[in-house]
Amino acid sequence: MTDAALPRRQPFALRFPSVMIFLAILALFTVGVTILSEGFGIGVISTSFIKTLGKTLCLCLVALAMDLVWGYCGILSLGHMAFFGLGGYAIGMWLMYARTEIIVLESLAAAELPPTPEEVSNGIATQIFGVVGSSEFPPIWAFAHSLPLQLAAVVIVPGLLALVFGWLAFRSRVTGVYLSILTQAMTLALSLHLFQNDSGLRGNNGLSGLQNLPGLDDVPQATVSLWFFWASALALGLGYVLCAWIVSGKFGSVIRAIRDDEARVRFLGYPVEAFKLVIFTLTAVIAGIAGALYYPQAGIINPAEIAPIASIYLAVWVAIGGRGRLYGAVIGAAFVSLVSTWFTGGQAPDINLGVYTISWVDWWTVLLGLSFVAVTLYAPKGIGGLIDLITERKSPNRHGASLGPDQGSLREQEAEK
Amino acid sequence: MSTLLEVSGVSVSFDGFKAINNLSFQIAERELRAVIGPNGAGKTTFMDIITGKTKPDEGRVIYGDKSVSLLKMSESKIAQAGVGRKFQRPTVFEDQSVFDNLMMALKKTRGPLAVLFFKPSAEDNDKVADLAEQIGLSGALHRKSGELSHGQKQWLEIGMLLAQEPRLLLVDEPAAGMTPAEREHTTDILREAAKTRAVVVVEHDMEFVRRLNCKVTVLHEGSVLAEGSLDHVTKNEQVIEVYLGR
Amino acid sequence: MLRFAATLLACLTLSLPASSQQADAPIQQLLQSQSDLIVESSRRTIGPAIDALANSGLPAAQVVLDKWQLREMWVNTETGLFVYAEEVDRDTLRIFDFADGSLIGEVPDDGFEQLKPNSGIRGLIGTALVQFQLSDPDPATRQRALDAIERGAEESHLAALRASLPKETDPQILARKQRLERLLTIAYGATDAERIEAIQSFDGDLGVDVRAALNPLLAVRVEAAEALPADADIGRVLEPGSAALSRDDAYALLVAANLAKPRISVEDQRNALIANIADGQVAGIQVATLDSQEARDMAYAALAEQGTVTAVATEAEVDQRLANHVFFERYVGAPPEVVFAAQAALNAIENKVAINQMFDLSLDALSLASIYFLAAIGLAITFGVMGVINMAHGEFIMMGAYTGYVVQLFIPDYTLSILVAIPLAFAVTFGAGVAMERLVIRWLYHRPLETLLATFGISIALQQIAKNIFGTQARPLTAPGWLDGSLVINDIVSISYIRIAIFVLALLFLALFLFVMNRTRLGLEVRAVTQNPRMAASMGINPDKINMLTFGFGSGIAGIAGVAIGLYAKVTSEMGSDYIVQSFMTVVVGGVGNIWGTLLGATMVGFLQKGIEWFNPSNTLAAQTYMILFIILFIQFRPKGIIALKGRAAEA
Repeated sequence: MTDAALPRRQPFALRFPSVMIFLAILALFTVGVTILSEGFGIGVISTSFIKTLGKTLCLCLVALAMDLVWGYCGILSLGHMAFFGLGGYAIGMWLMYARTEIIVLESLAAAELPPTPEEVSNGIATQIFGVVGSSEFPPIWAFAHSLPLQLAAVVIVPGLLALVFGWLAFRSRVTGVYLSILTQAMTLALSLHLFQNDSGLRGNNGLSGLQNLPGLDDVPQATVSLWFFWASALALGLGYVLCAWIVSGKFGSVIRAIRDDEARVRFLGYPVEAFKLVIFTLTAVIAGIAGALYYPQAGIINPAEIAPIASIYLAVWVAIGGRGRLYGAVIGAAFVSLVSTWFTGGQAPDINLGVYTISWVDWWTVLLGLSFVAVTLYAPKGIGGLIDLITERKSPNRHGASLGPDQGSLREQEAEK
Repeated sequence: MSTLLEVSGVSVSFDGFKAINNLSFQIAERELRAVIGPNGAGKTTFMDIITGKTKPDEGRVIYGDKSVSLLKMSESKIAQAGVGRKFQRPTVFEDQSVFDNLMMALKKTRGPLAVLFFKPSAEDNDKVADLAEQIGLSGALHRKSGELSHGQKQWLEIGMLLAQEPRLLLVDEPAAGMTPAEREHTTDILREAAKTRAVVVVEHDMEFVRRLNCKVTVLHEGSVLAEGSLDHVTKNEQVIEVYLGR
Repeated sequence: MLRFAATLLACLTLSLPASSQQADAPIQQLLQSQSDLIVESSRRTIGPAIDALANSGLPAAQVVLDKWQLREMWVNTETGLFVYAEEVDRDTLRIFDFADGSLIGEVPDDGFEQLKPNSGIRGLIGTALVQFQLSDPDPATRQRALDAIERGAEESHLAALRASLPKETDPQILARKQRLERLLTIAYGATDAERIEAIQSFDGDLGVDVRAALNPLLAVRVEAAEALPADADIGRVLEPGSAALSRDDAYALLVAANLAKPRISVEDQRNALIANIADGQVAGIQVATLDSQEARDMAYAALAEQGTVTAVATEAEVDQRLANHVFFERYVGAPPEVVFAAQAALNAIENKVAINQMFDLSLDALSLASIYFLAAIGLAITFGVMGVINMAHGEFIMMGAYTGYVVQLFIPDYTLSILVAIPLAFAVTFGAGVAMERLVIRWLYHRPLETLLATFGISIALQQIAKNIFGTQARPLTAPGWLDGSLVINDIVSISYIRIAIFVLALLFLALFLFVMNRTRLGLEVRAVTQNPRMAASMGINPDKINMLTFGFGSGIAGIAGVAIGLYAKVTSEMGSDYIVQSFMTVVVGGVGNIWGTLLGATMVGFLQKGIEWFNPSNTLAAQTYMILFIILFIQFRPKGIIALKGRAAEA
């Protein structure tokens, strides 16, 4: 046996050409959009569409996290959009506070006496919490004045929640659909909590006006939207490299093994719970960051965005794109969310059947639901499967048996190569 | 030779049914032992208890030089302490290559962070290559293990066990579904392994047990019925009764 | 012209009998004696006139008071005689004599003036009337009088009530009168002993009226003094800054009692400072530096020293003043002995109320549990028995409810329509379930996570289809009339019939489930297939067919549950998703694969949610949040649910 048969230590990029291809496409896309934009280019693409594209990149990032936790580690989490939303709330609190502070300071500057800190704080609180009939800052806003602290919260809040929840759930060996239901319950509890007016986050009004950067009122939205677009692209690129690095090494081997046969991994001596916890928490943090980039582009966040259904959609994107492959998640999220925007935006032509006109605004969800069933049944590889067709990868036909006994395990048809 | 594992007075019941009943068992540092018994004798549950999958209702399981109790340890801790287990059905990670499977099993720090920043050294690669050669899979290192034949998977699993460098190896029906030639090879591997560690083989097939040529423990209804050489136990009246019926 | 002639004619013919009024009847004489007061109609002076009428003992007095109150008493401006009248038209009156109620005739209203007692006087008349009504021969009138007293009791009612007691013949009304008499005694009894006795007679009575009578007795006024007075009517001593008495309120009390200097609000202070700005300075302090409360306080103090503004209490003074005084409650509702008796009675009642509330809450929780059980029982079959996770289960509930709604569109009789809707809902959802099992689920057995996602796809499709067909607003599913109303046990404990019906339905379903699973061939085959499909197949059972039927059965039960839930809640396209998480929780908490577990799970979830709501009744959202959190924690400690399978069976 010679060493030639063993993989030689090559640079990371060469070992994983798909990462390079992805980064190249992302860079090209970013440059292309910039050139076509209103803010810095020839103005073919409207600012609102730039925002849509930027938001889509954020969704791709959270889909990447979902793929890591579900596609690679077999944990079908129905809570990652909650982490996404928490990231959005964390940054939204600062955006709203800082902008309101500027407005309040401006209005108080005209007064005869210079404002006291109490007056400023009361003014801001009244502005922000007037809609829920309160004029005092809830304790969770204690750090809202500080951008660094709120940025830290983007990472810490979802991370901590995932850590605590994951520790409890994994410790008691809740797996498979039970874990899914449990994460869904967590998401439901969180959204119900946020729906309350006394949650301290403005109940179902949510946080709004997030598209305006404090102190940068002079900068047109066309420019701001591109800043966020670039930031989203950068985050997606970094996220992709990070995820690729994680799954390519021994860690990736172990989490894929956990996905397919958790008990066996345990008998190999790996602390399965710790691995799951690391992945769960890490992906929650990625989701939080994606959310923090998404909501300033969306402009508004409210508890409905955290409802369990959003997290299920996230799983849908990943499944349609093809789970267990990173580019699959990105393709799925981009494809479904953009097509969805197209259909629900009323741009798709209605179909007149004579007796009944199919209006896509109404029927798109039905089509999405059914096509999702179809993908699960007939094309478990999702869109990613097309790539296998192009690269002519074939898998041995084992009549669709699972690759392992666990519920999250890949089916034969889903596996790459 | 000092005792590596001592199981004493262990009982476990599921919904009133006593799967293991006051079972006691000992094995020395470097010993090969076959455990036989009819269906439902509690062989698999016995292994589950040692590996921490099942917690017994009563009894003690003492392991190693420092005489630690395995009952308070998790499965992964027990495995790290040097107890390796091979399952009845070959369980390898089918989505991953033979190389990945072996590399995962290689004795290394198992914590998530250590694994995340793990880079295989040349020495590690050599070890994997050696193991592959031992189990006859040198040519298949980069094939997905799902593509291997049944027997090859059994060997890969044994290879993974060896990579773990366990001090106690629990092997559940290793010869099931193997050709005679493969069985012979398997026997060799096990006997070789038992020179450096303790090996417990659970097996149905008397021929296979005979070829192992070692001390035999007969389990019946959750407790030890007889113990000794194969010839000795096959002469035991009770054993004959249990195996052949009245 | 013609009209004028007609009126003239009418006057001529009709005014004739007017002279036949009995001017010397005792009642008319009494009225004449009080005439001035009556005509003057002032709330302050009318009392003696009403009393005179009420105490006259004349039978006609009641008629007078009645008509007076109804503004039907008129006075003849010429003779000063009183009559009562009906307005025939704008100008004509039909007048009657008070003495015997006889018709006097129809006359033009020119010669009469209507007495228009204001509401205050009408109240007084009403009070006076009560004593007549209390002894009225018509029991309905007596009941009405008692109603009036209950609505607004007055001191005078007590005597009237007592007077009417010996004459009362109807035992029911007598009991009511006696109760009311005791209640009035609590409020208006002449002696403390009498009041205390009345209070004690209500020991443990749950009536809202009793608590309403007792509570005013406990009224307190917060007072401040330098030392606690030794009076008997002193209640609690209050600490300033506590929940019962805030620091600001305590100081305001001192200021109001002239025991301390006033404070100034931030707003007033600011205005005072602004008013005294001169050359960019306030009392020699630069305006620009007044950007903190301390700086403003100093500036204000400086102004006060100059005498420009009045001095106000500083925080230190406030603290000192508060420390120098003691704050306490003084009972102002009744003398101390009565207060203590009332307090004791109220405490006893509160205890009993709490127990009854607990009972009522338990009934509520039980009915909520029945609803969760109904919603979850179908899942207990598909998820619990077959291990198929069906996220569209909620939509099957919705389909059942909409089936009920559609049936009611065609069959207007509610009883009949519900009877038709239940089997039809079962048939519809059974069909939908079978179709779904055939088309989707059967390909995904042993892949629960994929099943979860695929059925979720079906769920959103079904929801949207329902939205497209029925619109987004809620549709009514009306219960039959005999299910309206509630079973009232006492003032606290009651339960609506519809909840009882749902409870009964839940029990029926439980029985049906047990019967089907344990006593029928289908149940036997289902259990066989779920435990070991291959073995079952080799024994001649067709697992495909059994799986299909089982799934259809579970879905059909969801449909019936949908009808029941639709009767109780609103029918919307999203009603299913409201129940789905709770339903799964119910099954998981109870322990998968065991109907008794589902029952226990539903009971636990129902009681838990009601229990949490009890602590914070205004906020059902919070109750749901905490309940889910509790369940998440519960699953930590019993991951397999309340009733857990052990051993090999659990791993199958």
